[in-house]
Amino acid sequence: MDTFLGRYKNLIVLAAILFAQIIGLAVQVRRPAQSGETRLIRLWAVSAVTPVEKAVVHAQKWVYDAWTSYFYLRGVRRENRELRAEIERMKIDDARLSEDARMARRVQALLAFKEQYVESTIAAQVIGTSGSEQSRVLYIDKGSKDGIKPDMAVITPTGIVGKIMQVFPGSAQVLPINDQFSGVGVALKDTRLQGILKGAQNGATRLQYIMSDEKVEPGEEVITSGGDRIFPKGLPVGRVVTVEPGKDLFLNIRVVPAARLDQVEEVLVVTKIIDKEPDTKDLAPIRAADILAERLPTVPTKPGTDAAGNPKPGDANAGAATPAGGGSGSGAHPSAAGTASANKPPAGTTTISGAKPVGTATSPRSTPGTPTAGATGASKPAAAAGAKPLTTPGTGATSSPKPTGAPPTTKLPPPNGPASGATNAQAPPSGDASTTPTRKAQPASEQAPGTNPDQPAKPPSTEPPQ
Amino acid sequence: MSSRVMPYRGSLTSREQVAVYDFSWPAIIFIPLVAVLIQIFIPVGFRYFPIIDLPLMVTIFFATARRNPISGCLTGCIIGLMQDLFAGPLQFHPLGMYGIALTIIGYLASSLGLKIDVENPGSRFLITYIFFVLHQGIYFGVAHGLLRQAQVWSWSHVAISALANAVIGLFVFALLDRFKQR
Repeated sequence: MDTFLGRYKNLIVLAAILFAQIIGLAVQVRRPAQSGETRLIRLWAVSAVTPVEKAVVHAQKWVYDAWTSYFYLRGVRRENRELRAEIERMKIDDARLSEDARMARRVQALLAFKEQYVESTIAAQVIGTSGSEQSRVLYIDKGSKDGIKPDMAVITPTGIVGKIMQVFPGSAQVLPINDQFSGVGVALKDTRLQGILKGAQNGATRLQYIMSDEKVEPGEEVITSGGDRIFPKGLPVGRVVTVEPGKDLFLNIRVVPAARLDQVEEVLVVTKIIDKEPDTKDLAPIRAADILAERLPTVPTKPGTDAAGNPKPGDANAGAATPAGGGSGSGAHPSAAGTASANKPPAGTTTISGAKPVGTATSPRSTPGTPTAGATGASKPAAAAGAKPLTTPGTGATSSPKPTGAPPTTKLPPPNGPASGATNAQAPPSGDASTTPTRKAQPASEQAPGTNPDQPAKPPSTEPPQ
Repeated sequence: MSSRVMPYRGSLTSREQVAVYDFSWPAIIFIPLVAVLIQIFIPVGFRYFPIIDLPLMVTIFFATARRNPISGCLTGCIIGLMQDLFAGPLQFHPLGMYGIALTIIGYLASSLGLKIDVENPGSRFLITYIFFVLHQGIYFGVAHGLLRQAQVWSWSHVAISALANAVIGLFVFALLDRFKQR
C-alpha cells in the first residue's frame, strides 16, 4: 500500500485536486446564484482588489490628464476651430430637431403615449476586466454604496454598453452586450423589426430572430426596443454591417456596436427610469387647424431670388426657407431676415421669404446665435419692440450667414407660437415678443399662417411663401 | 538558496539541466497575484491583451522551475482559482473552470520539466505554445462537456493566440528568471 501511494502520489494528488474542483463546479451549477447574489469568496477577492485597481486607474488618469491638458496640446487650436464650427452646425440642427420633437410630443400627448425617460444616471470609471477571452465582463468603480443595483443599464453617450450583473460594495460587474451570455432587446430603426442582440465568444454582436424574408440593409441603425425592461427604448445600439441568410429561417445579421466596447473607459449607469407622458406644458395648446396643417403636404422648393428678383444659382432653399429649418420665416427676428451672401458661396445663402428689405450679412463670421451682427439693411423692429436679443441656440437658426450646411427644409412650420420656426426657444408659446415685431416688419399677407393668434389659421399649402 | 540537482529516473537530459530552483515567499505570493491583476487591468486600455494569458505563463514557469508535480498542481490550482474569481458572472463562470485547467497544466509542466531541458528559449517557446493550446482545450472541455455551455472552437484563433503567447512568454520567462534563487 505504501509503495502504491508513494509510486502514484503525484497522480493521486492531481486527481484529488481535480475531484474537489469538479465537485465545487457541480455544487455551483446545482445551486446557481440568483441575480445579484454573490459568493463570499468572490466578494472578498473583488473587495480586496478594487482599491488597488481604483488607485492605479485614477493615478493613470491623473497623469494622462496632466499630459494632455498641460503639455501635449498639439493641434488643439485647429480642433477647437473645428469643434466650434460643428457646434454651430449642431445648433442649427438642434433648432430643426427640437421643432420635430415638439410636434412628436404633441402627437404623443394626443395619444396618451407613455415613454420611458432616463431620470438619473451615475458616472463610473472602468477599472478592470475579466482578463480572459471567454468572458468580457468589466468592472466599474461604483458599487452598492453608490446606489448601483443588478440589472441596471450601462450606457455611454454613443450607445449602450451592457448591464450590471453583480454588485460589490465599492465596485460592480458589467456584462457588456458583446459577451456571449448577453442578450438585448433591439429594433431596427427604419424598418422597426425587433430582434435580440446576442454577443459571441469572439466579441462580435449578432442580431437574431429576424425572419429571412425581411429586408434589412447594411448600415441601418439598431436601437433598443425596450422589450427587455432594462434599457429604455430608443437608445443607440449599433449599426448593421453584414446581412446573410442564416439557419432556421432567420437572417444572420452582424452589428457593430455604437459604443467602443473594447476601449470604454467612462460609462453612465442608469439608476432610474420612469414611465411618463411627454411633457407638453411648454407647448402651445393644440388646435384642430394645427393638426390639419401638420398633415398637409409640404411646399415644393422654389429657386431663390436676389434683391432684384433674379433667381440665384445654387440657392436650393430660397423661396421656401422656413422657420422650422435652417432658415427663418415668420416669427423670426426681422434683423436676421437678410441674405447672408457676403463672402459666402451660394449654398450658404439663406433667403428669407417675404422679408423686406433684404439685408446682407457683411460679416461671414457672425454667429448664428447673434443674427443681428453684421446684418445690414434690415429694419430692426424687434429691438424697438423690446424683444430679447436672440442669442439662444434656438435662435441660431433664424439666419445663419455661415455656410454651415444647414439642411434646407421645405417643411412648413406648425402654425403656432413657439412652433412657428426657429424663434427664441425660451420664448412664451404664442403672441410673444419675438413674433410681434415680426408681424410689424412683414406685410400681413406675408406672415406665415397661424402666427397671429387673432387670425384664424390658414392652411399653409394654400399660399407658399414667396 | 542554492539550486538543487535532482536525479530523476527517466530524465532525458543531463543532471545539470534538471536543476530545481526555489523562490522566496514574497515571490511565490506576489508574482501570481501581480500576473492576475495585470491580466484583469491591462485590457481596459489594450484591445487585444486578453489573448495573452499571464497566469498560464506564471503557472508554467513555476512548475517547470520547481519540477515538482504536486507543487505544480497546487500552484496551478491556486492561480486558476484566483483567475476564476474575476473571470465572469457566477451564473456563467463558476469557480473552478480555470482552476481545473491550470491544475492540469501545472502537473504536466512540472512532469515535463523533469524530463527535458526547459531553460533554453526554444523549448520554452514550444512548451508555452503547446500548453496554451492544451489549456484552451481543457477549458473548452470543462465549459462544453461539464457545464454544457455553448462554446466555439476556432483552430486558427487558438493557433494565433498560442503563437502570441509563446513569443511574449520568452520575455516573461526571462524576467521571471531573475527571481530564481541559486
